[in-house]
Amino acid sequence: MILTKAQYDEIAQCLVSVPPTRQSLRKLKQRFPSQSQATLLSIFSQEYQKHIKRTHAKHHTSEAIESYYQRYLNGVAKNGAAPVLLDLANEVDYAPSLMARLILERFLQEHEETPPSKSVINSMLRDPSQIPDGVLANQVYQCIVNDCCYGPLVDCIKHAIGHEHEVMLRDMLLEKNLSFLDEDQLRAKGYDKTPDFILQVPVAVEGHIIHWIESKASFGDECSHHAYLHDQFWSYWNRDGSQSCSGWSGIPGLGDSSASASQSARIKGVGKHFLPGIFVKYVCR
Amino acid sequence: MAAVLESLLREEVSVAAVVRWIARSTQGSKDNPGEAAALSSLRPLRKEFVPFLLNFLREQSSRVLPQGPPTPAKASGASAALPGRPGGPPRGSRGARSQLFPPTEALSTAAESPVARRGGRRRVPGPARERGGRSLEEGVSVESLPGAGSRRLRGSGSPSRPSLTLSDPPNLSNLEEFPPVGSVPPGPTGRTKPSRRINPTPVSEERSLSKPKTCFTSPPISCVPSSQPSALDTRPWGLGLPPGCRSLQEEREMLRKERSKQLQQSPTPTCPTPELGSPLLNWTGGLTDELADPARVSSRQRLELVALVYSSCIAENLVPNLFLELFFVFQLLTARRMVTAKDNDFELSPGALDSLESPLFQSIHDCVFFAVQVLECHFQVLSNLDKGTLKLLAENERLLCFSPALQGRLRAAYEGSVAKVSLVMPPSAQAVSFQPETDNRANFSSDRAFHTFKKQRDVFYEVLREWEDHHEEAGWDFEKGLGSRIRAMMGQLSAACSHSHFVRLFQKQLLQMCQSPGGAGGTVLGEAPDVLSMLGADKLGRLWRLQERLVTPQSSGGPCPPPTFPGCQGFFRDFILSASSFQFNQHLMDSLSLKIRELNGLTLPQHEPSDEDGESDVDWQGERRQFAVVLLSLRLLAKFLGFVAFLPYRGPEPPPTGELQDSILALRSQVPPVLDVRTLLQRGLQARRAVLTVPWLVEFLSFADHVVPLLDYYQGIFTLLLRLHRSLVLSQENERKMCFLNKLLLLAVLGWLFQIPTVPEDLFFLEEGPSDAFEMDIVAPEHGLDSMPVVDQQLLYTCCPYIGELRKLLALWVSGSSGRSGGFVRKITPTTTTTSSLGAQPPQTSQGLQAQLAQAFFHNQPPSLRRTVEFVAERIGSNCVKHIKATLVADLVRQVESLLQEQLVTQGEEGGDPAQLLEILYSRLCPHGAQALALGREFCQRKSPGAVRALLPEETPAAVLSSAENIAVGLATEKACAWLSANITALIRREVKAAVSRTLRAQGPEPAARGERRGCSRACEHHAPLPSHLISEIKDVLSLAVGPRDSDEGVSPEHLEQLVCQLGQTLQCRQVRGGICHLRAAFLCPCVRPDNQSHAGSGPILAAVIMVMPMVSIFPPQFLCPPAEQHLAKCSVELASFLVADQIPILGPPAQHRLERGQARRLLHMLLSLWKEHFQGPVPLQLLLSPRNVGLLADTRPREWDLLLFLLRELVEKGLMGRMEIEACLGSLHQAQWPRDFAEELATLSNLLLAEPHLPEPQLRACELVQSNRGTVLAQS
Repeated sequence: MILTKAQYDEIAQCLVSVPPTRQSLRKLKQRFPSQSQATLLSIFSQEYQKHIKRTHAKHHTSEAIESYYQRYLNGVAKNGAAPVLLDLANEVDYAPSLMARLILERFLQEHEETPPSKSVINSMLRDPSQIPDGVLANQVYQCIVNDCCYGPLVDCIKHAIGHEHEVMLRDMLLEKNLSFLDEDQLRAKGYDKTPDFILQVPVAVEGHIIHWIESKASFGDECSHHAYLHDQFWSYWNRDGSQSCSGWSGIPGLGDSSASASQSARIKGVGKHFLPGIFVKYVCR
Repeated sequence: MAAVLESLLREEVSVAAVVRWIARSTQGSKDNPGEAAALSSLRPLRKEFVPFLLNFLREQSSRVLPQGPPTPAKASGASAALPGRPGGPPRGSRGARSQLFPPTEALSTAAESPVARRGGRRRVPGPARERGGRSLEEGVSVESLPGAGSRRLRGSGSPSRPSLTLSDPPNLSNLEEFPPVGSVPPGPTGRTKPSRRINPTPVSEERSLSKPKTCFTSPPISCVPSSQPSALDTRPWGLGLPPGCRSLQEEREMLRKERSKQLQQSPTPTCPTPELGSPLLNWTGGLTDELADPARVSSRQRLELVALVYSSCIAENLVPNLFLELFFVFQLLTARRMVTAKDNDFELSPGALDSLESPLFQSIHDCVFFAVQVLECHFQVLSNLDKGTLKLLAENERLLCFSPALQGRLRAAYEGSVAKVSLVMPPSAQAVSFQPETDNRANFSSDRAFHTFKKQRDVFYEVLREWEDHHEEAGWDFEKGLGSRIRAMMGQLSAACSHSHFVRLFQKQLLQMCQSPGGAGGTVLGEAPDVLSMLGADKLGRLWRLQERLVTPQSSGGPCPPPTFPGCQGFFRDFILSASSFQFNQHLMDSLSLKIRELNGLTLPQHEPSDEDGESDVDWQGERRQFAVVLLSLRLLAKFLGFVAFLPYRGPEPPPTGELQDSILALRSQVPPVLDVRTLLQRGLQARRAVLTVPWLVEFLSFADHVVPLLDYYQGIFTLLLRLHRSLVLSQENERKMCFLNKLLLLAVLGWLFQIPTVPEDLFFLEEGPSDAFEMDIVAPEHGLDSMPVVDQQLLYTCCPYIGELRKLLALWVSGSSGRSGGFVRKITPTTTTTSSLGAQPPQTSQGLQAQLAQAFFHNQPPSLRRTVEFVAERIGSNCVKHIKATLVADLVRQVESLLQEQLVTQGEEGGDPAQLLEILYSRLCPHGAQALALGREFCQRKSPGAVRALLPEETPAAVLSSAENIAVGLATEKACAWLSANITALIRREVKAAVSRTLRAQGPEPAARGERRGCSRACEHHAPLPSHLISEIKDVLSLAVGPRDSDEGVSPEHLEQLVCQLGQTLQCRQVRGGICHLRAAFLCPCVRPDNQSHAGSGPILAAVIMVMPMVSIFPPQFLCPPAEQHLAKCSVELASFLVADQIPILGPPAQHRLERGQARRLLHMLLSLWKEHFQGPVPLQLLLSPRNVGLLADTRPREWDLLLFLLRELVEKGLMGRMEIEACLGSLHQAQWPRDFAEELATLSNLLLAEPHLPEPQLRACELVQSNRGTVLAQS
């Protein structure tokens, strides 16, 4: 299923300054009943990430952190059971999970002798039970389960989606009788950067020769295509020749609407003619 | 010198005798005694004859070829006044040579910038220098030469040098006396040239005949400076302009000045062809072409004689550059008209009776006659030119007019010719693919180095792409655009090994992009003249302006262009320059040298011309192509090697002189050459592979700096090259000798080399005739590469695009517009010989008898047989290694896996020390490696004969076939076994290690929780929801439970139940995972998600995958990846905690916002069984008793402990948690701060649980607990 650019923009429009919470998503679903939750969530997440990238810095000044921390302390002093941290995050327009991390870091700084390492923080965020302060643990946990764009759970979901789509792509390749090497095999051969699949026998799709296929489960808007292009695609091209990229979560853009393996991998030859944001399709399951 | 020519013209001596006299050091006994006597008196001048003749012809033609080649001019210089210059003031006797140089040069080379050299040799920069300057600019990318502003002007007409004048005006070339306006005062070296000054240097009459004239290129128009009208009489070439011409002359001069102003203002360096004055002459003069008439030739006999001598000199390779002479002759042939053809011209000359004093070419008719005479003698060369040139030549009406016979032969040659030459460039920007053998992690010292290289690769291609996109844009500068990025990248290459990796990539990319003819970019034959002719003469000004705007000027500019980096090569040159990294350069040189050695030593197919009729054609195409690829690659590599190797020594400053030079020479002679080219050349000559070795050597040498030719080492090389050049007499046809086109290629490249600015031009004439010793030294193999027709016109023109200038010249004639064409030619100055002997090395024979037998066998067979056998051996050998890997090694790996399982089982959870474990495994498995050799031998034995049989013609005799098979088996076995014996142990170790770590990883960190791996049942339809969906759903429920939530939010009990059910499905529906041993299971049960289609076709694909990657255990993918499973486990535990604490908001009647106890227990039960049965990873059950989750209970009123108690009991019951573990968790709970009553209750619970005896019937207990409530629990305590 293809999402048009207009549709995407419409959805994105609704997401301006909306906190990344369950409630927001629910409203979004009511607004766009024809879109699946996964699609909406994907767009939400993408748009929200852009927003955070823009505003990230201002929450990380020492003054901001200090004031957040004080507000948190005051809040929990009044009522430890209230969603202090979550409300704070929503109020200052910051992702709850990130706010939780901020406060946790600050808290640990105060209570530990050595500044907390990143891995300690991450581990505490993954399992708030490890947080020495029970109230903070609850607050952090609340932030994490309520955040639909950031946090270890969301990360895991994203990772799982990526993995699942890779498996689906593999199945489609098998189905189409295409012989390929997957990432593990390529790694074993010593490749440094690998796409998901390298076709052992290149195929031509819509007039383009495809040597490799990369599945991207995240939403393929123009900006992220740019980023991917820069980070990965050229690296592949430098090694394997032209390629295919298949985005699975829809795109503002072009293309037709079937979801067979070969077509969902809509291809553009890489090179000077590679146009970002053109080739992604949405695949419904 | 002229005496010889004179006596020739007077028919005192025969042409043959003269040529013999010139070519041979000793006079032939056949000579007529009279002739011998006449010539022997002139013997000391023998070597000066050819340069004299060439210069003489150029002078004579000066009026005919006013347009001249692009930069025919000699730079003017203050030669006469230079200190340190050998040779003194004018000497007296004509022809008598008492000094090393004819001192007359001091005056004759008014336009030269002489440079005193060691041994008194001097060189003439002239146009060559000018071009050299250009090439330096390109090569070194430094700002232009000193006086660059004046460079263009220099070309404007300075070559003119009056030779027959009587007057003796001031020496205008003396810079000290006549400093040029606005130019830098001449330095001690005198290199700075007067910018606007034309130097009609006067010479005394007595020497006018004996000395070589300025240069033997076609002279431009006379260039009398307007500021020096008094010097009018000193017209160039001794032929005065009639008074009426003066105004015209002045006009031209003005125009020329205007033009040069424009050119000076142009920001970019102009293309190599801005010959300013001369084109104007034709275009503005409105002169029409003169018809040439054979009947009006003035002195046939004289012309014939000179043409014969000239032709003979060319044929004997006594001239440095064959194609330059041809170009000159073509110029004569296509001359438009005589500039100032007045019959009384030569009356001005004194001694008109002297046959040399009267102009040789008195009219266009004479020129054309002479040209045709010469061309007739060189029909063979002409007939081997490309088809386009032949056509133009055959269609030339003058040729038809003067020699219908030659025209007929040319037409026939044209019709029979297949030598179509095209230099079309294919787009090439394919990246070098990842090379698993060398780019592998294992080849890097550290992860860091590996990743650095990874990044560098990307930067390199980014830079390359950017260059591709921008380099043709005006105003784009490589250094500005990319320099800093390149240097930053180079800065990261710290380890020596990373340098070599990068250099390998660089070199591969270089070869990939540039080795194709098109990659060399450059000129496409015939293109430039077409543009010119399209525009017509009057539009040329526009073309000029247009061209000034072009970044890349069109036209290659003359038959002797300087070495350049056309097309993609420019990128690599600029990259090297911008990188300016010593380490990089060194590694690059190492790598290039290695590759050159490798390619140069490549065994190219030996071929016997009369081999097999049908087959050889097909074969030859391939073999020619292969040769061409190797040759072009070598040339490219050598060019860059030369560029990098001599880079530190080259600069814009003039070459050193005097003592400075001596000290530099002393220093440089200590430096070993970057590549032992002399030995390679000697070997190449001995092995009769000159056609391969010399062209790349020429490329290498073309980048040498000025000092290089003076070094003993390189002098030896030049001596060899000169002898080779002399020995390549085209007319000598001999089966065993070199093929014609091979010779032509060598002559072309050598001729080009001799015109390179840095090569001293006197070098050529320093050699004594062809050394017989040279011929003798070569103990040549029967059939060297030289005697095979490896070169075709395509390759010839690809290597020497400047030969295409001939065609341009003819095309210009046809198109009717004359103009910028031609090339620069340098003056030749004879000097004495320093003969160095040529040491021959005995051929090395150290091959075994068996190998010799095999060689002998192949010798008698068609080359295709050898190729087939070698190919088969190569492939089978390689396949053998792969086969061993896939069978023997894979089996061993499988053994490892099972051994490992045993080990793990016997050692229990300890697992043992992995390193120790590995050593045990190695010691048990590596001995099996010995089998590899036997297996390999067997494999080669089994596979090779069939392959050979399949590839050879069916009619191959049985004996030949079996020999071929045996050799193939032997070679394949040799190859395979060599690899196996060297690598098998390492390979086994590596694979075992990988397998162990894989197995250990797959086992997971907690052996206890590992359990048995399960796949979904065959009946499974794989409709379970995706893990990502489930996590998302559970997360939603958790967030509802945690809140904050709206009053209308909640979940239905059914939804909860469904969720847990789905979790079960997802956990159950997973595909088989495990090592390679499980693969068959995957075949049997093609359990492919998501649509449950049966995949008839999947078998072969999997099989293919296995074939290719036998060493990798294949994990059939499953949707549930370990991280997702971990999170699911954690979420399910959290969910259970919320169930226990009754915190999940339930949708339903407003009164009832809580889950029924029964429902809750049922859900817990389901979760328990999931934890027990379906999770394959560890489930963090201890989280149930984490303070946070237990704390949930604290908030409920009234607190209900029964569910927790139930859960804990069940955990113990199912063996999911031990009592001790629970006890520990409960114990640690006490440390937290709780409300007093809660702490008490907790303690009670703890006691209760621990006090319980083990009961065998959990169901019963569960029922019991259904009724229990907090009160009863507490009561029991």
